This record gives sequence, structure tokens and C-alpha cells, in this order.
Amino acid sequence: MSILSLKNVTKNFGGLTAVNNVSFDVEEGEILGLIGPNGSGKTTIFNLINHFFPVSSGDIIFKGNNITHKKTHEIAMLGIGRTFQVVKPLKRLSVADNIMAAAFSRESTFEGAKRVTREVLEFTHLDHVAHQKAGGLPIAGRKRLEIAKALATRPTLLLLDETAAGLNPAELDEAIDIIRAIRSDLGITIIIVEHIMKVIMNISDRIHAIAYGTTITEGSPAEVAANPTVIEAYLGSDYH
Amino acid sequence: MHNDKFISKSEIGIFIFALALPFIFDFSPYIQGLLIFVVLWVVLGTSWNLLAGYTGQVSFGHAAFFGIGAYAAGVPFFLFKVSPWWGLLFGGITAVILGYLLGIVVFRLRGPYFALGTLAAAEILRIAFGQEEWLTNGHNGILYMTTWVSKYPYYFIILAIAAGTILTVKVVMRRREGYYFLSIREDEDAASAIGINASKYKNISMGLSSFWAGMAGAFYFIYMGFIDPETVFALHNISIISILVGIIGGVGTIWGPAIGAIIMVLLQETFRSAFFGFAPQWVSGMHAFVFGLLVIFVILYLPGGVVGDWDLIRKKLHLKRKSEMKK
Repeated sequence: MSILSLKNVTKNFGGLTAVNNVSFDVEEGEILGLIGPNGSGKTTIFNLINHFFPVSSGDIIFKGNNITHKKTHEIAMLGIGRTFQVVKPLKRLSVADNIMAAAFSRESTFEGAKRVTREVLEFTHLDHVAHQKAGGLPIAGRKRLEIAKALATRPTLLLLDETAAGLNPAELDEAIDIIRAIRSDLGITIIIVEHIMKVIMNISDRIHAIAYGTTITEGSPAEVAANPTVIEAYLGSDYH
Repeated sequence: MHNDKFISKSEIGIFIFALALPFIFDFSPYIQGLLIFVVLWVVLGTSWNLLAGYTGQVSFGHAAFFGIGAYAAGVPFFLFKVSPWWGLLFGGITAVILGYLLGIVVFRLRGPYFALGTLAAAEILRIAFGQEEWLTNGHNGILYMTTWVSKYPYYFIILAIAAGTILTVKVVMRRREGYYFLSIREDEDAASAIGINASKYKNISMGLSSFWAGMAGAFYFIYMGFIDPETVFALHNISIISILVGIIGGVGTIWGPAIGAIIMVLLQETFRSAFFGFAPQWVSGMHAFVFGLLVIFVILYLPGGVVGDWDLIRKKLHLKRKSEMKK
């Protein structure tokens, strides 16, 4: 059964159509890659799913409920976690307190939130920087803190927005391991937006490709990589 | 994460010291009055700090809550001769109701617009309470013969209110609410993405903050025996000083406003009395000027305030002493 369905979702910003009639399903337990050139509307789709912006038309169904008009915090409580491409750490709080704040979404007691925080710190390999201020972390740490905060809300669906961008090769491998473990150990379904092909091709079960806000193809990583429209969207029509 | 004890030994020590102060020293009524004002400002500064320092909603209109609290004690007395002491019950509640109604409007605004919205609210109340003479006796104010001549009972009452205010902050900041306040301050969008209902928790913060500001207002009427709109809704003397006490002491720290209040009252009185009569008379008009300079200095060099940047201050003093020793 699909955990999330987008049905003919469209978003207009004034005269610009950022997302145009996009539909896709995410199956429970899968990792769906969302790819497309810069400005193709990937982050906008995330912002529509967790209602940072209202959709112009179309429906978003999560676990059988229509969440199109729910508020951002309600969607988080229903079980959709997300990370931000432009990271949003709570800068003046420690790494642990960032996760604490998120953990309180499911835990009402201080001790409960603390236990969740410890688990998440360990899972995301952030325990050694737990007491540092989040604003002072290097980019790899801040990207991982994004994942940690989202995990602390105990999501069933996780939207990862370029969590691997700006990482060096060693950090990249660590990030891939963590993302794989999120699915295999925690059983969380993932939609991942990523520019780094090494990550997206390795991790995704299926890939949904968009350009100029419109779906161009969907299929296995191998199929999508071989699709001429995808190659054209990324490299231009002269590339053959 | 706060692994430290909820209330430290030194905090209990400070409270006992404050309680014992009148028994240790034989203060003149003038000093007694100053003590009461210090503690009153601890309440106002701490209340402002909860909303602005911890939740990031920088209010420029805290006089609205202080004033409405004062009039919650004053109006029933003026109209029906109800004892102003009931104000200690109604003052806080009335301020919470005002805070909730105000929040519907001002929480739609962010940053400087929120500040302007709250400032406008306090000014509207100041003017309205001056006009509605049937309710408030207008600019003539409301006068009441205070219950006791001695100032000490008032000192203990305001001390209890201050303890309540500080305890509120300490309790809240260890709970879910506190973590949510900080998250909203740091990034409202990020907060909502981790499931925080920002408008609900801003209202809770406003409620707690306005309650204690209202209590301070009610106390003010009971203690002073006189209020008028220009005093209790004053922009410069209440709203702005609430902010300055917080900034100088340390925004978002438990004890910052307390330290800020002591510095502010000491400075104000030193100048107002022209260095207790030792300096020429014109110095007495300088306290606002000097306070302004102090704020500029703190914002430039100690953005965390005296408490927030205490480590920095200690390090600087320490280095200085070391370099002097080398000479």
C-alpha cells in the first residue's frame, strides 16, 4: 500500500508554475529518489508535502488521510519528518538540545525526551558533539543534525532534502550508511532529493525525475539513467 | 541538556539572604524603597525575558500588562471601594486575558513589526485609560491610603512575587514548553517542521509573561497607593526599562534580569541624587543618558549581557590581572 500519494499537484507562484500536475506514489518501506536539474521544483514538492506553502490544486494523501490542507506542525505530528536543504539548526542551542526539542513531540517527560535524544545521537553518530552549539558545527555535522532532528519526531516517512550536498567522500559514505540504516533498522520510508548521482543511484529503489516542474519519467535507477529525456534535461539536447 | 540541579545551593543562599536583609541591616526608608524597586524590576525584567529572551518575541509594550495589572487593582477600588489587595488575584489574570487578546493581533507579526505592534498596544491603553474618566478617574489617577506605613511587608510580598516569577521560568525551561519556546526563538519554520504549534506556544509564553507583569502592576498600586495612566503605561519608564534590564543583565538567562535590575536601580539613583549630593545638581538629569551609553556598550561588547557573557568578563579581568602581575 502506498504511504504517500501526490495526485495532480500544481503550485503557481504568481505567473510561474513551479510544480505542474505532478503525481506519484511512495510505497511503504521504499526509498524514492526525486531528481531534476536546479530549479525543477524538487524542494517545492517537499514544501508542499509539509505545507510550508499551500498547493494551488491537487491532493496529497498520507496513509489514507488527505493532508493537503493540514498545518505544518500537524503534518509533522502525523509522522512526516523532513530535513532542509538550507539547514535550519537551532543555532544557539546545543546539538543535544536541538534533538531534545524535536523529541518532545512524542515524549511528554524530560526523561523520555532525553532517552530518545541519546538513541538518536548514537544512531546519527553525533554523540561526540552533543554538547557543542549547533551553530558552530561544520556542514557535515549540521546536515546530520537535520536528519537527527527529523528522526527524533519518530516519523514514518522522511523527506531528505540534499543531505549529502557539500560532504567530502568519507562523509558521503557515512551519510549513505546512515540513510540505509534509517530504512533497514528503523523501517522508515524515505523520499530523497539529491544531486550527487553516486548517492541517489546507490540508495533509491525507484526514481521520479522532473524538469521545469513536470514529471519526465519514473522507474528503476538504471532505467531513469538511460532515459533520453533525463539526459536531455541534465545535459542539454546536443548530448548524444 | 540541563544536568545541573533544578535549584542550586547558591540560589537558595541568595533567596535566604534577600529574606534576611531587613533583619541584618537597619535600612533607612529610602534604602528600603530602593530595595523594593530593585525586586519589582526583577519581576518585570524576568517576565519580559520569558517572552522576548526565551521565546524571541521582543515586546516593546510590557507596560500594557503592568498597567492593566495596576488598574485591575485600582478600578474595583475606585468604582466599588473593593480592597486593592484583591489585585494580587485579579492583576495577573486580567493581564493574561489582555495578553491573549493582544496575541491574536500581534502574533501575526514577526520581528520589528511585532515590537511595534506591542508598543502601539501599550500606547493605546495609556491614552484610553486617560480618557475613560468614569472607569479610571482619567489623568487624576486613583488614590488609596496604603495599608501599612512600614515598607517591610511590601518588600516580602514583592520578594514572593519575584520568587514566583523566577521559579516559573526555571520550571518551564526544563519542560517541553521551554524547549519549544527556544525552538520558536531560533527558527519558527524549523520549529513547525518538528511538530511545534508555534502560535499555541507563543500564546503560552505570552500568558506566563503577562501574568507576572500584571502581578507586578497590582503590587505597584497596593504599595504606592497611587496610579495614573502616564505612570503605569509609560513607554520610557516601564516598557523600555523592562527591555534594558533584560539586555544589560543577559537576554535568555535566568538571573540576567535580576542583575540588570540591580545595576539599573543603582545607576538611576546614583545619578538622580547627583551622586548622593556630592556632584553638581545638573548631573541628576544624566541618568537616562548614562543608561543609554551602558546599553550601547553592552550590545557592542557583551551581547550576552552581564550574566550571559560572565565567562568573557571573568577572562578579561583575569588576563588584565595577569599582565599587571608581569609588570
